[in-house]
Amino acid sequence: MTRVLFFLLALAFAAATGAATLTPENRLSGVFESIEANRLDEALKRVDALIRDYPNFRLAHLVRGDLLLARARPLQTFGNVVKTVPQDRIEGLREEALARLRAMRSRPSEDRLPRYVLQLHSEQKHVLLVDSRRSRLYVFGNDQGRPRLVADFYVSLGKNGIEKTREGDQKTPIGVYHVTGNLPRSKLTDFYGAGAFPINYPNEWDLRRGRNGHGIWLHGVPSDLYSRPPRASDGCIVLANPDLESVGRYVQVGTTPVIIADEIEWSDAASVEAERRSLSAALEQWRADWQSRDTERYLGHYSARFGSGGQDYAAWAAHKRAVNAAKSWIKVGLSRVAMFRYPREGDFVVVTFEQNYRSDTLSNAMRKRQYWIKEEGRWRILYEGAG
Amino acid sequence: MHKLAAPYASLRRGLIALCAAALCGAFPARADDLQDASKFLKAGQHQQALERVNRVLKTKPRDPQARFLKGIIVTEQGNTKEAIDIFTRLTQDYPELPEPYNNLAVIYASQGQYEKARAALEQSIRTHPSYATAYENLGDVYAKLASQAYDKALQLDSSNSGAKNKLSLVRELVREPTVVAAAKESPKPKEPAKPPVTVAEKAPAKPAADPNADVLKAVNGWAEAWSRKDADAYLSYYAKDFKTPGGEARPAWEKTRRERIAAPKSIEVGVESPKVTLRGDNQASVTFRQNYRSDKLKSSSNKTLELVRADGRWQIQEEKAGK
Repeated sequence: MTRVLFFLLALAFAAATGAATLTPENRLSGVFESIEANRLDEALKRVDALIRDYPNFRLAHLVRGDLLLARARPLQTFGNVVKTVPQDRIEGLREEALARLRAMRSRPSEDRLPRYVLQLHSEQKHVLLVDSRRSRLYVFGNDQGRPRLVADFYVSLGKNGIEKTREGDQKTPIGVYHVTGNLPRSKLTDFYGAGAFPINYPNEWDLRRGRNGHGIWLHGVPSDLYSRPPRASDGCIVLANPDLESVGRYVQVGTTPVIIADEIEWSDAASVEAERRSLSAALEQWRADWQSRDTERYLGHYSARFGSGGQDYAAWAAHKRAVNAAKSWIKVGLSRVAMFRYPREGDFVVVTFEQNYRSDTLSNAMRKRQYWIKEEGRWRILYEGAG
Repeated sequence: MHKLAAPYASLRRGLIALCAAALCGAFPARADDLQDASKFLKAGQHQQALERVNRVLKTKPRDPQARFLKGIIVTEQGNTKEAIDIFTRLTQDYPELPEPYNNLAVIYASQGQYEKARAALEQSIRTHPSYATAYENLGDVYAKLASQAYDKALQLDSSNSGAKNKLSLVRELVREPTVVAAAKESPKPKEPAKPPVTVAEKAPAKPAADPNADVLKAVNGWAEAWSRKDADAYLSYYAKDFKTPGGEARPAWEKTRRERIAAPKSIEVGVESPKVTLRGDNQASVTFRQNYRSDKLKSSSNKTLELVRADGRWQIQEEKAGK
């Protein structure tokens, strides 16, 4: 409670000094603050000003309707629309109000880190995390490999919720993805608003589980809207246009990870670090064992359930034994290593890195992606491919 | 607080007959014409009503009663532009009258201009905090504005969300509390400035310890400050937590009061037949007849002041019209 009050005070101070520009969401929160303090005239003034600046902010209109109606008669509910109207529309706005207020009032604690981000590599300036239960997208900056919260935004997700499995299910996928493109406003219809950033759904793990569908994007809203209800899209992650533009400033195509979870798991720095070290050690051992040309030790890092591009473990092992036997020396260098836990999958980590492979017969450099899982207390590779 | 029987449906209120009787004694010829005009209006004979009113206005172009009646006639004739003009000018010339604001609001509402209607009704209530018609109309306007806001929230088309609603026109300028506007162009010979009738003069001085006397002293002091047009002294009689009419902010209310006090050349406020009811040591209400006279307006109305005692002073916490 003290934290909330302090936060609101900070907002009020920012407003008074003009030191910070309040977002429409901050201002909406201010309206509710006035309502809670029973300063209804002030609340109406605030919401009037908000609507003046953001005439398409439908939720603000709903709140204004309530404030006006309260002057005529007692209210029965939030969004006290008396006419016969589509109830799902009112419900959508109520849910948006709840999601926005909840996000404004319970900020992630500074000493908590998202458990998914074990390591960012040096070129990854930011990572995007979507908390679907909170309808929130968090942008974390790369503070020497550690995530640090820099911004967060309200988002709308799939009409039918999360964990997309098939084309047309109107769900948002859950998993670790990255931004694969940048479609500017000029190349899109108005439906997508300020622009779009496609992500790589379905990824290898989705495909392996038979999941399909395509065209999952982060995108804006049509010009006659400020925002959409929390569950409104066909699976995309939808942001208010100004918010999409803000997110766009953080995005690097091909590099920026997008992690979508039911609810972000928060952890303390020490636990995250312990997990990161444990996996780093496994990765380093895998590299060393490969370099040593002790193929059985090397293959010991792979799960019996391993699969890659049609090859199962047996095929992979046979191939590696044949290749490695022909070498007189191998050198493997790893750089720009990133590691992200996969939401909902337990001990399952997506690792990407630059692999610099040299041997007496072949040299190549590539970006690689591996899925590591913990089996019987040991990290093993489930998938490996180009990243 | 009024309640609507059928929300959003009928906003029409019963119409009240024009009553110009109070003017009969003072201006018989004008009153005859006005009474005739009123009768014609009731009978739906707008043209005849308009002729009579215009006849009055030819000799007394500023007469508020005649202008007000003309406003109603042209409204009913559908000449809203002229009606808005007439009522707007009345609000400018007689800002203390709530009725022209109310009727302006009714016309705006009929045009679907609910924000303008709201502003006019809020002004009307600011002028007369107990003006029931304006309250009822304002409630309807708020409901209508709310409905429009909901339509925007839900992406519904407002234009087909029901017919334009009609609020009630006020048809009389003379009502309880009685307000008689003195026509400016026919100033009566200035009466010798009579000191306001105050209770302090009527009642023999009582010991200062008498709480009733203390309360009355405050009320009389308030009336005297008002009569002196001493806005600072007048405002000092209001408690810090004074409930401003319509709940407006204190500075806005004070500004309006200062303007109202500054506007007339002279003001006389008399407190007649005050009745004090004490509740405990620090709360009292005083009901009396307030006789107000300025160079522009003369009115007599019942008023109740709710007072509280703080720091040994009785101060006004709430001001209500009526008993």
